[in-house]
Amino acid sequence: MRDSFIKRVTQLAARDPRIMLLTGDLGFGVLTEYAKAFPRQYLNVGVAEQNMTGLATGLALEGRIVFTYSIANFPTLRCLEQIRNDACYHGANVKVVAIGGGFSYGALGISHHATEDLSIMRSLPEITVVSPGDRWEAEEATESVAFTPGACYLRLDKSFAPETHQPDDPFTLGRARLARAGNDLTLIATGGILGVALRVADRLAEELLIECRVLSMHTISPIDHEAIRAACAQTAGIVTLEEHTVRGGLGSAVAEVCMDEHLLPRLFRRLGLRAGFSSIVGDQQYLRTVYGLDGESVYTAVLDAFLQAAQGKKAPAGGAT
Amino acid sequence: MVLTDRDIDTMALARQIRIHALHMTSQGGSSHIGSALSVADLLAILYGRILRVDPAHPRWEARDRFILSKGHAGAAVYAALAESGFFSVEKLKTHYQNGSDLSGHVSHKGIPGVELSTGSLGHGLSVGAGMAYGAKLDGKRHRVFALLSDGECDEGSNWEAILFAAHHRLDNLVAIIDYNKIQSLAPVAETLALEPFAEKWRCFGWAVSEVDGHDHRAITEALLRVPFSEGIPSCLIAHTVKGKGVSFMENTVLWHYRTARGEEFDAALRELTRNA
Repeated sequence: MRDSFIKRVTQLAARDPRIMLLTGDLGFGVLTEYAKAFPRQYLNVGVAEQNMTGLATGLALEGRIVFTYSIANFPTLRCLEQIRNDACYHGANVKVVAIGGGFSYGALGISHHATEDLSIMRSLPEITVVSPGDRWEAEEATESVAFTPGACYLRLDKSFAPETHQPDDPFTLGRARLARAGNDLTLIATGGILGVALRVADRLAEELLIECRVLSMHTISPIDHEAIRAACAQTAGIVTLEEHTVRGGLGSAVAEVCMDEHLLPRLFRRLGLRAGFSSIVGDQQYLRTVYGLDGESVYTAVLDAFLQAAQGKKAPAGGAT
Repeated sequence: MVLTDRDIDTMALARQIRIHALHMTSQGGSSHIGSALSVADLLAILYGRILRVDPAHPRWEARDRFILSKGHAGAAVYAALAESGFFSVEKLKTHYQNGSDLSGHVSHKGIPGVELSTGSLGHGLSVGAGMAYGAKLDGKRHRVFALLSDGECDEGSNWEAILFAAHHRLDNLVAIIDYNKIQSLAPVAETLALEPFAEKWRCFGWAVSEVDGHDHRAITEALLRVPFSEGIPSCLIAHTVKGKGVSFMENTVLWHYRTARGEEFDAALRELTRNA
């Protein structure tokens, strides 16, 4: 997804001189060409994320569209107040980009596990929060956030789902994308773990003739009420999937819509992280397996939920996965 | 009409800023009168002599940008803006009141003339550096002034901005420090010592000038000289007295937070008006 972002931001910079890319001294080897091609639209501000976000706000208030680029929690949590007070409150065109959502940098340890960013960022007023599921979405999201007024947060994963869009499909921020059609059950995923949702859906169809609808909820804020409403009305219920804490993330956002709109899906499960910090390290796939977010675990959890709903049993409360 | 083209009596403006700030903080029951009194002269010089701003066109593109990074002295900036014609002096009465947009810490929403909302310390210089860097890229000639407190310089984010501005030779950026030597709970020297303060800025690559922050002639002369050195950002360390103008508020920690009411208010107002 990082390469998709850089590819599109390079195209944008070529056609719009307002585009600027600020990096907090990260992006070794991947920003070189951009920097060479657009020296006036590039700035390595050093290891200083608070200043980077303040600078971006100053530049944005003077008419520029400024991407701040770093990895994991550095461009978000480290400078959260600059994002809130400077970028969001002033409606500044600051586009915060974090490379490495979830366990993308799993082996580097908890400092590099971006597992609370979505809940924290979506609680801020006046910011668009985007977490693409595949490389096409990442590229389209890059352009969309650039031209969406105000502050935006773009969370880019190392993993990515296989592409499922049709050639003429539009990418619209705030509108979930139908990644797979189905009316038995709805899986809602955000980020690269969309790929797991798609694999699980294929397997349920092949083995058990259960047809899952899979939605890529690439925009967490504002979230797509209509798609959630339709999922409740047309399918047995909803399972959300995120490589992120379940506290306040995608699952919570979907649940809020359900409660606010008096939608009572027969089945509702939030799959995500519940165990707190991961002191265990490993690559993204490995850590997904440890925390029950790999294909096998998700398949079992979804099937279990579906069967219980079919039998009219009440779903158990979230476990300790 | 650009303010600096007018013949403004900066002593009178400073007095009005002080009197308004006293009324505003007293009516609203808010803190920080000591900080407002500390920066009143600096603001009077800025709005009366230095800043190229036009109250009739607050978003005029070529204007100088002024950021109050020490947002808690917001009452003084609101007063300076109102006295300069950005909005009615009458509006100042709503400061800190329910439903008002004149918040205790300076806010830009609905307030012409405010470039940046602040209140959390250590934000203004970074945003100012971004504005200054943008102006350089575009070959624009306006300047960016950021007014910081001394206690604010405890915030590490400032030093990120200080490094950046020197590295990028932002001589269109001016940091003014309200160095009244007292921060929230105790004197600066007892809290987190800044000295040798001017040397720190110089070591970080800034051109530094020091003035008595209540001497109008000295402040004016210094600010008319910016940039102090070509290709280098400027720092004006203004040695000030917290609570300046009200004898019992001067140089006290107490009046960082205390609100003047009743007899204290009357006594303070007497002193400020007597100094006319």
